[in-house]
Amino acid sequence: MSISFVTETPKKELPSIHEANKQSNQVVFDTKQLNLWYGDTHALKEVDLLIYEKEITAIIGPSGCGKSTYLKTLNRMVELVPTVKISGNITYKNKDILDRSFKVEELRTLVGMVFQKPNPFPKSIYDNVAYGAKIHGIRNKKILDEIVERSLKGAALWDEVKDRLKENAYGLSGGQQQRLCIARTLAIEPDVILMDEPTSALDPISTSKIEELIQTLKKDYSIIIVTHNMQQAARISDRTAFFLNGEVVEYDKTEKLFSNPNDKRTEDYITGRFG
Amino acid sequence: MASNSHNEDVRVRDLITEKRAKKSISQIFEKIIPIILFSFALITILTTIGIIYTLLVETIEFFKRVPIWDFFTGTVLRPLSQDPQFGVLPLINGTIISSVIAMLVAGPIGIMAAIYLSEYASDKIRRVLKPMLEVLAGIPTIVYGFFAFTFVTPLIRSIWPDVEATNILSPGIVMGIMIIPMIASLSEDAMSSVPNSIRDGAYALGATRLETTFKVVIPAALSGIIASFILGISRAIGETMIVTIASGSSKNFTFDITESMQTMTAYIVEVAGGDAGAGTTIYYSLYAVAMTLFVFTLLMNLLARYVSRKFREEY
Repeated sequence: MSISFVTETPKKELPSIHEANKQSNQVVFDTKQLNLWYGDTHALKEVDLLIYEKEITAIIGPSGCGKSTYLKTLNRMVELVPTVKISGNITYKNKDILDRSFKVEELRTLVGMVFQKPNPFPKSIYDNVAYGAKIHGIRNKKILDEIVERSLKGAALWDEVKDRLKENAYGLSGGQQQRLCIARTLAIEPDVILMDEPTSALDPISTSKIEELIQTLKKDYSIIIVTHNMQQAARISDRTAFFLNGEVVEYDKTEKLFSNPNDKRTEDYITGRFG
Repeated sequence: MASNSHNEDVRVRDLITEKRAKKSISQIFEKIIPIILFSFALITILTTIGIIYTLLVETIEFFKRVPIWDFFTGTVLRPLSQDPQFGVLPLINGTIISSVIAMLVAGPIGIMAAIYLSEYASDKIRRVLKPMLEVLAGIPTIVYGFFAFTFVTPLIRSIWPDVEATNILSPGIVMGIMIIPMIASLSEDAMSSVPNSIRDGAYALGATRLETTFKVVIPAALSGIIASFILGISRAIGETMIVTIASGSSKNFTFDITESMQTMTAYIVEVAGGDAGAGTTIYYSLYAVAMTLFVFTLLMNLLARYVSRKFREEY
């Protein structure tokens, strides 16, 4: 992967882009000068990014560019890596989420996450969906039944599993497991759903089902999706951020970024010249 | 190099064909070795069968002298008296009580240690602690035995004076200490083999570390944890030295843990170490008790296998 042209390209003009973006929806996440290190590796460099409510924001970039790291910073899952160091600011609806006083458990109930590989618990389909509600203190069987049904319907899985809710989740296909994980996230009614390459382990049919689902979820949730698949980003997202070597190279409306990118590096990446 | 390689290839191939063509010793070895290895495997199987056969024959001989019903329901064991009685219940009782005490000590401590090692300790701490825990498992049981008799018993008696000089409580506790590493180590293995992706799933829903441990990791590792408990019980039932030294040889049928009791194993030590002449009823009682013990531990091991299959949560 040759990126020798990096130095030739003009400086990005983030402020003007931010101005243009401010006309639309409300901001959910405002990231300012975010830097992150894993030990000595500088994984995120001066990241500035505004994420808007009830939109689908795609994050693209080659492997190791920091896109998953950025996503995991938004619900502080990145802190599970013992050597991590973070500086800068991220606010969620004007609250500083990197502040020690912001409880990480509370953040994660507002900001749900779906992972690259489906990771249901080794429990029944019902228990998987009810788990989040249960740990947050909901015990009433009737309410739980309702939450499970509503969440599975929300994840377009109800019709396929309604007769076997007591069966082990590992009996489902990969695509169904991933929709189950989405249902599990919906069950605690978050505001934002983070998706870390949610279709990379799935076949094309399951992928298109999940993409369809993501489109419908947009009505009620702000979605941030990391993807390796540029067609996917172009198909489903409203805005796209292009990450390279830990920096945001370009962030714009998806049509604009894919049809007329400002930065030479973005153009090279989306036309498949590297990555 | 390119021009040479072709020549060399041909030569190597010729050598191999040449070697193949020869009926070499190694070919004979290939055929003989499996037979030799099989016969060694057979030795272990035959030994087991032989032991069970001996146990059975001598046990049957014993039951010709003492009715089987009297043996399994008798609460009095007086092998050396003028009017000997051979009720095995005092021994079964002693065995169960000492094992229960051991598990009350080893179960909670073992599982807590496992949770700490698997879910909380940093890699560095785990790398130091786990080998140390396994050293504890390497201490000879005779050492635990006099540790129980010369240290733990006096300690208990200084707090609780009713406890007799030989009692079942002290060896029970010490057996528990002996079993801790086994339970901690096996349970830790079971918990650390639960994939991190499943933990991440729980954290992402806002679960705390404690909630993740108790509601996701432990249920997923339950089969391994239960199996470690059952193997621990099995170890306690078969343990001999500690109870022989610290629990005395009174064949009391009681539930009072301050008193001396005898376990099946300790009885076998006592009788085998005494001068029970071959052919006497006492001599045969040895086999009947050993058979009972064997059935106990066999059942425990079968149970452990059954449980670890039955409760396996697949991930």
